[in-house]
Amino acid sequence: METFIDVLIILLVLTNFRLLGSSRISACIQTTALQAIILSAFPIALHTDALGFHLILLSGATIVVKAIVLPWLLRKTLREINISREVEPLMGYTASIIIGAALLGLCLLISEPLQSTHILGGRMLIPGALFTILSGLFLIISRRKALTQVIGYLVLENGIYAFGAALAVEEPLVVEMGVLLDVFVAVFVMGITIHHISRDFDHIDTDRLSLLKD
Amino acid sequence: MANFIPAIHVILAVVLSPLLLGVINRTKAIFAGRRGQPLLQPYFDLIKLMNKAAVYSRTTTWVFRAGPVIGLASALACLPIVPLGGVKALSGFEGDLVLFAYLFGLMRFITVLAAMDTGSAFEGMGASREVQLSALAEPALLVGLGAMALKTGSLSLTGIYGKISTHMIAAPDGPVGFLVGMALLIVFLTENARIPVDDPNTHLELTMIHEVMVLDHGGVDFAMIQYGAALKLWILGTLLTGVFIPVRTQSDFLNLAAGLAGMFLLAIVVGVIESTMARLRLIRLPQMLVAAVLLSTLAFVWILR
Repeated sequence: METFIDVLIILLVLTNFRLLGSSRISACIQTTALQAIILSAFPIALHTDALGFHLILLSGATIVVKAIVLPWLLRKTLREINISREVEPLMGYTASIIIGAALLGLCLLISEPLQSTHILGGRMLIPGALFTILSGLFLIISRRKALTQVIGYLVLENGIYAFGAALAVEEPLVVEMGVLLDVFVAVFVMGITIHHISRDFDHIDTDRLSLLKD
Repeated sequence: MANFIPAIHVILAVVLSPLLLGVINRTKAIFAGRRGQPLLQPYFDLIKLMNKAAVYSRTTTWVFRAGPVIGLASALACLPIVPLGGVKALSGFEGDLVLFAYLFGLMRFITVLAAMDTGSAFEGMGASREVQLSALAEPALLVGLGAMALKTGSLSLTGIYGKISTHMIAAPDGPVGFLVGMALLIVFLTENARIPVDDPNTHLELTMIHEVMVLDHGGVDFAMIQYGAALKLWILGTLLTGVFIPVRTQSDFLNLAAGLAGMFLLAIVVGVIESTMARLRLIRLPQMLVAAVLLSTLAFVWILR
């Protein structure tokens, strides 16, 4: 199982780099859906010995919410606001990838004290989860379009989910379900808000929104 | 008895490397619905070029004439140190992977110098692009080979490739071999000027990279450059098939057969890639190569953890 988890973590890290380096928003949405599918395999892979209804429900709910409903919602918003790519991000794509590599190194360093004996999934799960959180944050601060920032928020939440999967021992899975619902509501609201912003102002550039006067 | 198999690999590489180009072209022709040129066309081209005299411009110096000779010589010098899958290299030694990387560095350097020597602005542009791309491809190659050296505890290419098994592609050593293999594939396509990076069919187009540097070479010199390029394709191909086709049996004949089958499979794969992908825009290329460096680094970190 160790190998399977390793493969999952590598895929998680690679999807993060894909998100950091791609300019098409639809590709980013697709990648977050893929990331959600990878994440949904984590609880099952980590708890093979205690595979119960609980875990399968959690994995199923993750796939339905994060890999089907949310990407569908984001794609719908994307069609309505009529843009296809993130033009002029605050940080270029190659630079983003290099910063991503630096972040991965940082995560490996700072995760060292966090490695305790009762963490499941080997030594790379914590750095992988931290890196997902940090790359989500980086997407939020380095992109201009509100939609890409929502994707960053989703990635950030995916990282928290992976982190939780490493620490969770049965009970907190209920908490995870609650978080899943929160994320769903948040992205739902953001999708509608972005739609309204784009209808009223003809763009969704967040740095131009801060210039608004009454 | 097993000692002459590595020598057979070197001889086969010398003889068969232009055939790889033929296979790539035939694959592309089949994809495009054409009959395509004969499989042996690269050999006919080489023979035709060998029968022609080279023409030298009066602005060029000895550097221009030395370029093709040194380029071909360094490619030939690489042959004895690369293993073909489980087949040992003819004369591998500890640390030969550094020599390997820098023999290619020398080949590129002299081609660039010869291109600059013509004084043509067009060739200077090609040289600048070539250097920019290889500056990014070289770390991917070296870090990738370094990761495998760390994994297998050997510093020679023979040692590294002898120890690669199915373990390194999938279970239980994790996806390290796969990551390095993908990085090597990108390096392979870049260094050989194949499609997502450079289109080998274009001539006199402003976006081309490798072909532009050798425009002023003719006759025997051009034959040497073409043959050197074919050898380079073979040599980098052995590194790639060595990772992806981990057949390591006791019998050297079987290893050699598997390696050769891998090389021609690789040629077909390259043909398929060229038929199904478009060339990337020039400004997107550094991004792809940075991704290759990243894959190698990730593999390295994975082993170090």
